[in-house]
Amino acid sequence: MTTSNAPNLLLHGGTILDPESGTTLRADILVKDGKIAGIGEGLDAEGCERYDATGKMISIGWMDMHVHLREPGYEYKETIETGCRAAAFGGFTAVACMPNTDPPIHTRDVVEFIIERSEKTPVDVHPIACVSKGRKGESLSEMADLAAGGAVAFSDDGDPVQDTSLMRHALEYSSMLDVPIINHEEELPLGPKGHMHEGEVSTRLGLPGIPTISEEIMIARDILLAEYTGGHVHVAHISTAGAVELVRQGKARGVNVTTEVCTHHFTLTDKAVEDSDFDTHTKMHPPLRTDVDIEAMKKGLADGTIDAICTDHAPHATFEKEVEYIAAPFGILGLETAWGLTGREIVQPGVLTVAEAVYKLSVAPRQILRIALPRIEEGAPANLTIFDATSEWTFTADDIKSKSVNTPFVGSKMVGRAWAVYNRGKFVVNA
Amino acid sequence: MDPKQDNQKETPENGLRHRHLLGLSDYDSDEIELILETAQQFRDVLNRPIRRVPTLRGITVVNLFFEPSTRTRISFELAEKRLSADTVNFTASGSSVSKGESLKDTAQNIEAMKIDMVVLRHVSPGAPHFLTRCVDAVVINAGDGAHEHPTQALLDLLTMSDHFESFKGLNVSIIGDILHSRVARSNIHGLLAMGANVTICGPNPLLPIHLDKLTDKGSVRVTHKLDEALEGADVAMALRIQMERQGRNLFPSTREYHEQFGIQMKHMKHHKDLLVMHPGPVNRGVELASEVVDHERAVILNQVTNGVAVRMAVLYLLSGSRLET
Repeated sequence: MTTSNAPNLLLHGGTILDPESGTTLRADILVKDGKIAGIGEGLDAEGCERYDATGKMISIGWMDMHVHLREPGYEYKETIETGCRAAAFGGFTAVACMPNTDPPIHTRDVVEFIIERSEKTPVDVHPIACVSKGRKGESLSEMADLAAGGAVAFSDDGDPVQDTSLMRHALEYSSMLDVPIINHEEELPLGPKGHMHEGEVSTRLGLPGIPTISEEIMIARDILLAEYTGGHVHVAHISTAGAVELVRQGKARGVNVTTEVCTHHFTLTDKAVEDSDFDTHTKMHPPLRTDVDIEAMKKGLADGTIDAICTDHAPHATFEKEVEYIAAPFGILGLETAWGLTGREIVQPGVLTVAEAVYKLSVAPRQILRIALPRIEEGAPANLTIFDATSEWTFTADDIKSKSVNTPFVGSKMVGRAWAVYNRGKFVVNA
Repeated sequence: MDPKQDNQKETPENGLRHRHLLGLSDYDSDEIELILETAQQFRDVLNRPIRRVPTLRGITVVNLFFEPSTRTRISFELAEKRLSADTVNFTASGSSVSKGESLKDTAQNIEAMKIDMVVLRHVSPGAPHFLTRCVDAVVINAGDGAHEHPTQALLDLLTMSDHFESFKGLNVSIIGDILHSRVARSNIHGLLAMGANVTICGPNPLLPIHLDKLTDKGSVRVTHKLDEALEGADVAMALRIQMERQGRNLFPSTREYHEQFGIQMKHMKHHKDLLVMHPGPVNRGVELASEVVDHERAVILNQVTNGVAVRMAVLYLLSGSRLET
């Protein structure tokens, strides 16, 4: 993996994919001073770096709208720099980062700190600020000030907004700012001290479970609140078949509700906990569910109920994960394996076309967060992902670019690869 | 690497195919039979004037107890001493996290002092499985959360075999808090492997979902009526109600629990051949009426005696590889 300042660059031999129209165009792209200077066949690249994109596709840069960069406060797990390195390796030129840092992203100075820190990386970092002051679930954060500083959404992710009245007012207030509320959907009293999906596997393993209804009851509440207030609720990391159906019904009624699915939630089930003999890399929140839920994720992606694909990239240090199951924190890495898993589980089996999958990884997250879409047109800043959807490769420990290594996918087959990204005048080549 | 491979040896040198005892879910009937037969031989040792054999001389066993336990720890310790093993006790309540040192560090530190076997009691399901990935020693599960408690189930099986010719067709009802019970899970695995019929009885909130998918060795019958559970039963195994679970609305009161699910003298009179078991400690007047605890067909103290013999058998059979080297 190499990152270089490359204000001038010729990408030749590639095929440009427009995820919105689904159309492709065989063309070279010439970048000058970080901007697209020409699109067409046989462009001349005198005196500038060349990249052979023959057989590869080029789209607008991708975005993961749900990651944890851990800075400030937990730099031993991940920093903005290392998280952005992992993002670039995964094909992402933008991420939205969750506010469960220390201090949490609940004041404007923290928003500005994160944006400033990210400016020397090739990845646009969009902070998501807290719904409540201190993520305590008690009183509203200063949403207007946070939004003015650059916050693109509000969430107490990691914890739900448990107080129904607070959620109501959060939706009312944020709708004034045209900023969504992203809720970690969980009715906590239904799965107290749960460590995995409540089902046959949790019964066999004797692990306290987190039932599907704990997610679904909270989503039902939030859809009703969004309907009542006119606010926009974005359902974070949807994981159950019933939840997908609730969102489907909400959308049909015209409620302003959107949702995302994590790559691991359409890849693994709770059986992974058992098959790995309690490997803590199978522990995440929401938990890995069942085959029925995976089918519902695929159906929801295909019919548009699920708007976006994300990773919930959640780095934890090895010493934190190398413990007995109930002591381990929730979460796994996701950025590096996002496209390889999407290719394997979604594109190759025909759930989505390449263009549709790229749409859910680039256009949809930006639309949900009201972020201007990058354009592949002359004069626009070059913000590009160079990839293919068919390369078969094996993910190895060397491919982990995060500061942490907590992934269950080392040794797993990937289908499709992000070969390079270009953004902010920087060119990152992965392999 | 398939983590389960580590627990399976290629050749059954000492009769057990497993290197560790993590649970009964993957022990087959021939292995369970071997343990029970060996335990019967060791029980003879316990009845001699000098209750000690030199079998495990030179073997060091660490009892690593991260959860309060009196009888299981004493039972293991006695079993180790009767076999002439060197024993060390490490007792710490609470999770490793609150203690400040991780389970991995604790275990590796103790292993660095050259030990052969670890007996682990831990609040987290899977802690013994995790331990096998941290140390080379043989690991014996002495209870991991609500997952398994294999030596308890083995001593229960031994106690049943004292009273019944065969497990085939034996009707065993397990009554009480199945949700939180490692004893129930290990017993279900063991009993079904041996060909017994298992009925589960308890209030709905204390039964885990999908009990029918607990094992592929057979299916359990589930009922919420004690009378149905006792009808035709050869053995009734009552499980301890954890008093601290009151107030979580899993059942209304111990009074109502005893009324609905407690085994009382009227049941003993009606079911003339019923054998009553309990893993202890008993809440008199809750799971069992006090008179039932002391009834001649309650074999609770026999279970305790058999516990030492079964643990001697397990320690002996699993020490094989260590004795040779």
